[in-house]
Amino acid sequence: MPIRTALAVLAATTALVLTGLWVGNNVNMLPLDASSNAPTYDALFKVLFSIGTMLFLGIVILLVYSMFRFRRRAGDFSDGLAIEGNLPLEIVWTAIPAVVVLFVGIYSYDIYERMGGMVALNDHSAMDHMAMDHSVQQAQAPGRVWGGIGAAGMDAAPSGPVLPVEVTAMQFAFIFHYPDAQITSGELHVPTGQQVELHMEARDVIHAFWVPQFRLKQDVIPGQPTVLSFTATKAGTYPIVCAELCGPYHGGMRSNVVVHEPEAYDAWLQQNSPIRTTT
Amino acid sequence: MTLANPSDFNGSLQPQGWLRYFSFSLDHKVIGLQYLVCGFLFYLVGGALAGAIRTELATPLSDFMPRDTYNEVLTLHGTVMIFLWIVPVVNGAFGNYLIPFYVGARDMAFPRLNAVAFWLIPPAGILLISSYFIAGAAAQSGWTAYPPLSLTTPAAGQVVWILSVLLLGGSSIFGGINFIATILKLRRPGLKLMQLPMYCWAMLGTSILVVLSTPVLAGTLILLSFDIIAHTGFFNPSLGGNVVVYQHLFWFYSHPAVYIMVLPAFGLVSEILPVHARKPLFGYTTMVYSIMAIVFLGLIVWAHHMFTSGTPPWMRLFFTIATSFIAVPTGIKFFNWLATLWGGKIALNSAMLFSCAFIVNFVFGGITGVALAQVPFDIHVHDTYFVVGHFHYIVYGGTVFVIFSSLYHWYPKFTGRLLNEDLGRLHFLLTFIGFNLCFAPQHWLGLNGMPRRVAEYDPTFTTLNQVSSVGALLMAISTIPLLINVVVTALNGKPAGDNPWNALTPEWLTSSPPPVENWIGEAPLVTEPYGYGQHHGQPQEVKA
Repeated sequence: MPIRTALAVLAATTALVLTGLWVGNNVNMLPLDASSNAPTYDALFKVLFSIGTMLFLGIVILLVYSMFRFRRRAGDFSDGLAIEGNLPLEIVWTAIPAVVVLFVGIYSYDIYERMGGMVALNDHSAMDHMAMDHSVQQAQAPGRVWGGIGAAGMDAAPSGPVLPVEVTAMQFAFIFHYPDAQITSGELHVPTGQQVELHMEARDVIHAFWVPQFRLKQDVIPGQPTVLSFTATKAGTYPIVCAELCGPYHGGMRSNVVVHEPEAYDAWLQQNSPIRTTT
Repeated sequence: MTLANPSDFNGSLQPQGWLRYFSFSLDHKVIGLQYLVCGFLFYLVGGALAGAIRTELATPLSDFMPRDTYNEVLTLHGTVMIFLWIVPVVNGAFGNYLIPFYVGARDMAFPRLNAVAFWLIPPAGILLISSYFIAGAAAQSGWTAYPPLSLTTPAAGQVVWILSVLLLGGSSIFGGINFIATILKLRRPGLKLMQLPMYCWAMLGTSILVVLSTPVLAGTLILLSFDIIAHTGFFNPSLGGNVVVYQHLFWFYSHPAVYIMVLPAFGLVSEILPVHARKPLFGYTTMVYSIMAIVFLGLIVWAHHMFTSGTPPWMRLFFTIATSFIAVPTGIKFFNWLATLWGGKIALNSAMLFSCAFIVNFVFGGITGVALAQVPFDIHVHDTYFVVGHFHYIVYGGTVFVIFSSLYHWYPKFTGRLLNEDLGRLHFLLTFIGFNLCFAPQHWLGLNGMPRRVAEYDPTFTTLNQVSSVGALLMAISTIPLLINVVVTALNGKPAGDNPWNALTPEWLTSSPPPVENWIGEAPLVTEPYGYGQHHGQPQEVKA
């Protein structure tokens, strides 16, 4: 390869990589990050967005360049060069996607572990968190709890007690029950900084619990309880969206999660819990 | 061999002229065109349904049609587009027309089975659409028909839907068996497997997927119909059934179904690019191996549709890795196509423009696909408009663009006339702009909180939904120049001659349109279907 071509290829590749990194880091496509899991997710998103931009732009530029540079000139009815393949080149472009995919896979596995996804909920380690909440445990069929982004991985190890909430999904509403405070609510109220564990079950058909600002989603399945754990980090009101087609009013099956600062959450608890009024 | 000798069934009893297209013809070319026209009519139906969806979503409120009608419309849209347009056209239409030419045969291995496979489609399609009018309520549980929703929505419509999909699945299996037999057993003596045009390999791989996975869908839907009709409890949680098992069985077919829609398109592009770039297909051998790698990997990735369904962690990990690795053979194919174009003499006609746009669209959909394969990424965007955008980039931006490209490329073969290039470029421009306007914004919508399959949404999403609806309108308008072009050309088009593109693949080495048994005399032996640049642009010597 002539030195000038080599330099041009090098310069183009560098420009492409820089553009990809710039786009990935500066173009924001995501809503507010309001859970401890969201910044981790956003970091993965930036990596995928950067790599994706590089590959997409690279291929499109090559394609459009070829379409102009090698377009057929008027009156030219000859053929192109009879090149049928090039083994080293083909090995290179088998290796590039393989390396990219391997990197992305390992990186996202790491992210997944940090999100607690690799902790099976009927595993011993996860049981430590769940042992704090006997009432919920007893209410559920033993041994049939699985799935869900699990109770915290290493990063999000809970500092205090876990807040359990029982979630019932039905056509076309979510109902939240706080077993400790004996509150039943149509909205989910949680404090910042405390790990919340949703124990979810569906009455009729499959629903899905999704809070875009938490970057978390878990199907709520009839006959099979699922668990979703998260720690909210920013106070505010965020939508809870049903993400699994559940019937005519699926689009209207929405609620809110209200994230309070811890003091405000205690006040809400005090106001609404029947336990307070009896004591 | 009697299989290869069709003279006993193409006798004088067969209707001649245009009437044969409405008959139980055994000619693979007639059957191919039957698939194509029938599929296109259903594309118009599915497109009208898509128009209804985009009209509903032009405003945040559910105000265009009743909510259960909306669910019927989205169910029918998905089912019609997949089972009545894309699968039959990209497999049945082009497969039936081209495969016998490519292997040097006079017809498919089982011509009667072939005709039966086609004639299952119109009644199944009419049955499906009529369920909206006759059964009172068509299926409303999406094309995925997840129980328990599919057990609780109106039963008649759901049962008709199952029946219709079973018929279409049967048609698909018949076709698959026929293609495998034809490619492996009807090759002209002297023609080796590694000399076949790439579309043969694509159809061989696709047919293996069809034959392995479609029966699983059929079995699953039969069990589902038992649950509905006989109140069994296979998938009914209140009777001890398991709804997640249905999802595993369903996606065991329906993920390979993506490759059943996409692999043949890869094959068709591999035929079109070398002809209009005047260069050999780059890396033939790696292309063949990548098809087979996609077939194998395609069978072991289904649970990536179920990352939020409560699958165990090890399963999520396995399916993430398997899914990501499909990017490797797919990447090879795209780099090989780019290398095919590099240094060519590229004619930027309608066929080429649609094929090049296919590369752009599919690469975009492939990249979002690799992202979706990552469990943590998927957990946020699963079942959102991000996924809707992604798969439309694959099946519309990918396969449908290739179908249009193929139409411009092979129309002269079908009719002996060239489609009008000005109308063709207009069709391309409207489709390309409309398609991207329609589906690109949906990725942002999904990332920011809009779930799929909803008739109403948060008003903050209004603007981008309206952009998307305008794109859909452009796509609808784009069919007008296409229809005018096809009809006007058929009546009064520019004569094409037998081989207007100077192509080397065997279907061009006979008259256009071809005679009943494909060739007068013996079939030519084409050992270098991509030998451009070696024979000075002229079709190579035909060795009879």
